[in-house]
Amino acid sequence: MTDFEKLEQDFQAWQAKVEKANEKYPERKKQFVTGSNVPVNRVYTPLDQKDFDYTTKLGLPGEFPYTRGVQPTMYRGRLWTMRQYAGFGTAEESNARYKYLLEQGQTGLSVAFDLPTQIGYDSDHPLSEGEVGKVGVAIDSLADMEVLFDGIPLDKVSTSMTINAPAAVLLAMYIAVAEKQGVAPEALNGTIQNDILKEYIARGTYIFPPAPSMRLITDIFEYCSKHVPNWNTISISGYHIREAGATAVQEVAFTLADGIAYVEAAIRAGLDVDEFAPRLSFFFNAHNDLFEEVAKFRAARRVWAHIMRDRFGAKNPKSWMLRFHTQTGGSTLTAQQPDNNIIRVTLQALAAVLGGTQSLHTNSRDEALALPTEEAVRIALRTQQIIAYESGVAETVDPLAGSYYVESLTDRIEKEVFQYIKRIDDLGGAVKAIEQGYIQQEIQDSAYAWQMDVEKGERVIVGLNKFQIKENPPKGLLRVDPAVGERQKQKLVALRAGRDQKAVDSALASLRRAAQGTDNLMPPILEAVRAYATLGEICGVLREEFGEYRPNVMF
Amino acid sequence: MERKIRVLVAKPGLDGHDRGAKVIARALRDAGMEVIYTGLRQTPEQIVNAAIQEDVDVVALSILSGAHNHLFPRVVELLKERGADDVLVFGGGVIPEEDIPFLKSKGIAEIFGPGTPTSKTIEFIRANVKRPLC
Repeated sequence: MTDFEKLEQDFQAWQAKVEKANEKYPERKKQFVTGSNVPVNRVYTPLDQKDFDYTTKLGLPGEFPYTRGVQPTMYRGRLWTMRQYAGFGTAEESNARYKYLLEQGQTGLSVAFDLPTQIGYDSDHPLSEGEVGKVGVAIDSLADMEVLFDGIPLDKVSTSMTINAPAAVLLAMYIAVAEKQGVAPEALNGTIQNDILKEYIARGTYIFPPAPSMRLITDIFEYCSKHVPNWNTISISGYHIREAGATAVQEVAFTLADGIAYVEAAIRAGLDVDEFAPRLSFFFNAHNDLFEEVAKFRAARRVWAHIMRDRFGAKNPKSWMLRFHTQTGGSTLTAQQPDNNIIRVTLQALAAVLGGTQSLHTNSRDEALALPTEEAVRIALRTQQIIAYESGVAETVDPLAGSYYVESLTDRIEKEVFQYIKRIDDLGGAVKAIEQGYIQQEIQDSAYAWQMDVEKGERVIVGLNKFQIKENPPKGLLRVDPAVGERQKQKLVALRAGRDQKAVDSALASLRRAAQGTDNLMPPILEAVRAYATLGEICGVLREEFGEYRPNVMF
Repeated sequence: MERKIRVLVAKPGLDGHDRGAKVIARALRDAGMEVIYTGLRQTPEQIVNAAIQEDVDVVALSILSGAHNHLFPRVVELLKERGADDVLVFGGGVIPEEDIPFLKSKGIAEIFGPGTPTSKTIEFIRANVKRPLC
């Protein structure tokens, strides 16, 4: 009898015994499932991993298929980058918050822009009314960007910017600020999100239709590969897909399907895969189901490595590596008993670290209520520091590898992700699947199922549908000064009066010509930015040339 | 027989978070109401036009960007101007408690915060709809 046969026999006998006992003392639930509704067995054994082959499934850290991590020594070499997403009000206020975070030991910046900036409107546009400075910092021109990074040496920090439709413009502003600091583009480190497909799917800050949007993205890939070589040109994001209600499998599947669409677009635009693929980066969520989340990150790395090597024929190992940022799950936070959110964030951050993230944002306890206060942000950052320095989990690489449960989950997620990718390929790829509403519908179904489970009490949310208490309204929340809109408008008046209007007009005319043709759009955008053309003016020219995206509304 | 309650679920402003709006829209539909969802980035003018065109009984506004104090009252004002002040208007999203009295004084009937069960919203609509249902 082989070991497996012996174990199989023992397992059957054990199972029968447990089932019998179960009749008298039943388990807590008829069926156990993960946070994403994947069934969970009573116990996992080598029987669940009969075809397990270490080398093909896991490999060593820093080696194909990167299941165990993208670097050979992971956090023994260097801890993940602690990067808190921040920004509100004016450039002056946000600049002060960045300096505070750097003083507190944060190791990278992450800029949140307000909605008008994200949608390419100046602060004095009628649609900006009431929105200026609310969910992020208002940036109208290079002048604001100079203030935002005042006193922060851009060759010393890495900066992530959550900007999508107008990503080319904000990147150009960053390059221009660096020039003024005497820092060459080659020395810049950072990321632009630049992921339009997930805006159509889940986040909503799109401007242009898919074709010109994909052109802007591939223009950035090309420009940066030549001039800003250390810049992560895109952060292909599952975060917002998950926040919109997707399961863990859907998060990975739809993100990687978007990734495939970007790679195909860049190849169609004439780029060599190994020229741009090493600068692709990813952005995932971390929710509460610890083991499922860890398995998700491991599976995502393995799937992407295979896609890049086997489907696209990439030769450079750097093209195979899925490097990612993680943010803990905003939608898991409760407005009820907000201090409990600190514990949720701890579990989620632990999942990200055990899953091998390259950088991490931990949410603050008060974010179901408002933008976070300084104190709340400090606790969130301290959570990362305690995991890094006190928990011991960073001392060895991929410590959960070999767990029968985690490996089974990893395999299952991998399999289901490939099934979704096949379905999306059959629909004609991610862009087509989005236009047909397939991806949005899948996510909405999951979101609705989750809400109904919570309302029926099948999902327990502590403090929300169980263990409730009577609470007073929370005090001391952050409020954005409503005068910020007026201040930005005054700044725009001064800017327009003080700049060389001829230079602005000529730069915008060159941009229009480039948009009508096929030249790379980055050089004329950079020229317009340097002349202090506003974000709204630059995006306005592109709106006129490219038109605007009109979504297919459904629920 | 009572007719179905007609509801417009609307996203005013530039905010792109519509998980909540879509879940509510579907829950109201499953509860037997007729529901229209506007999609993102609607101005108060567009919302009121849609409300009048679709002859709705209820306008449900959702916003998570913090622009509620500016945008919600504007919807109520415009409805009044168009003689549709019998439309029930309420809102939801990330809205601080301290803003609720102001919004109510401007004619927003109720504000539902994060974590509100859809069943509560459904009951609220049934109990407060102003226009006659038969």
